[in-house]
Amino acid sequence: MTTHSDFERRLLDEFQSEFPLVSQPFAVLAARLACSEAAVIETLRALRDEGAVSRVGAVIAPHVAGRSTLAAMAVPPDRLEAVAALVNAYTEVNHNYEREHRLNLWFVVTAPDRETVETVLRDIAARTDLAVIDLPLEQAFHIDLGFPLRWN
Amino acid sequence: MELSDTDRRLLDAVAEGLPLVSAPYAALAKQLGMTEAKVLDRLAWLQRAGTIKRFGIIVRHHELGYTANAMVAWNVADARVAEIGARMAALPDVSLCYQRPRRPPDWPYNLFCMLHGRERAAVEASVARLSQQLGLDHVERTVLFSRRRFKQRGARYLRVGEAVP
Repeated sequence: MTTHSDFERRLLDEFQSEFPLVSQPFAVLAARLACSEAAVIETLRALRDEGAVSRVGAVIAPHVAGRSTLAAMAVPPDRLEAVAALVNAYTEVNHNYEREHRLNLWFVVTAPDRETVETVLRDIAARTDLAVIDLPLEQAFHIDLGFPLRWN
Repeated sequence: MELSDTDRRLLDAVAEGLPLVSAPYAALAKQLGMTEAKVLDRLAWLQRAGTIKRFGIIVRHHELGYTANAMVAWNVADARVAEIGARMAALPDVSLCYQRPRRPPDWPYNLFCMLHGRERAAVEASVARLSQQLGLDHVERTVLFSRRRFKQRGARYLRVGEAVP
């Protein structure tokens, strides 16, 4: 992990929500951080390239613009990489993790409608000859406001 | 709520991320064949309507040293899941909290939350604290630490063939 300067830490911490909706939003960040707009943009590019920033963008509320589900599979360990790669290749899959459990592969499928979600799950089950457990959202309790970072 | 095709294309673009340039909304507008004013107006509306839940810098916890992440799943009585879910979601270490269906016998759990920490022991302590605070010590649960991330990106909402050029 790279060590980050105080400037980078503030940039990562203070703008996780309510991003300015104005022509030059990075200039607003620059004013808050007392630096130039170019410094903000350059630093964000560097943080994105190193992987600390995924993107500057939106988290969409589940089940408003489309449908999604959390899916789980019990994959034999010697097939895990191949099955994970097969799952990753679907544009509808946006998250995919190996977890410590008999059900060891967990991924999120998002699509415009429920039929497409089900088609993807059936397709993965058929191509891998493994069961796919479908755990669609029934109720969301958390309002995602970002994540305050602790630096040590 | 009905979203127009324009809204869907805009949502897809902002879920993917703004271009890191001085006037990113103007760049998006050009790409989508809209005006910058219209892009700003629709984004403000989509946030007010709750379609956009959060708009800002989306960090990758793992790359910032939050290498321990656990999904914790509980088998809570249906009659109490809304109350416990709301209290769980309000705790500081909890980053997501959802009710999902049980799938017995493989999966008897109906309440999920996500916890992030810098080390495994801290996350384990956090699970124990949360369980105790919410009176869940006698509730069946499982803790699934992540081992490897294969993919993490924004969701896409467009149908195949609708992709933005």
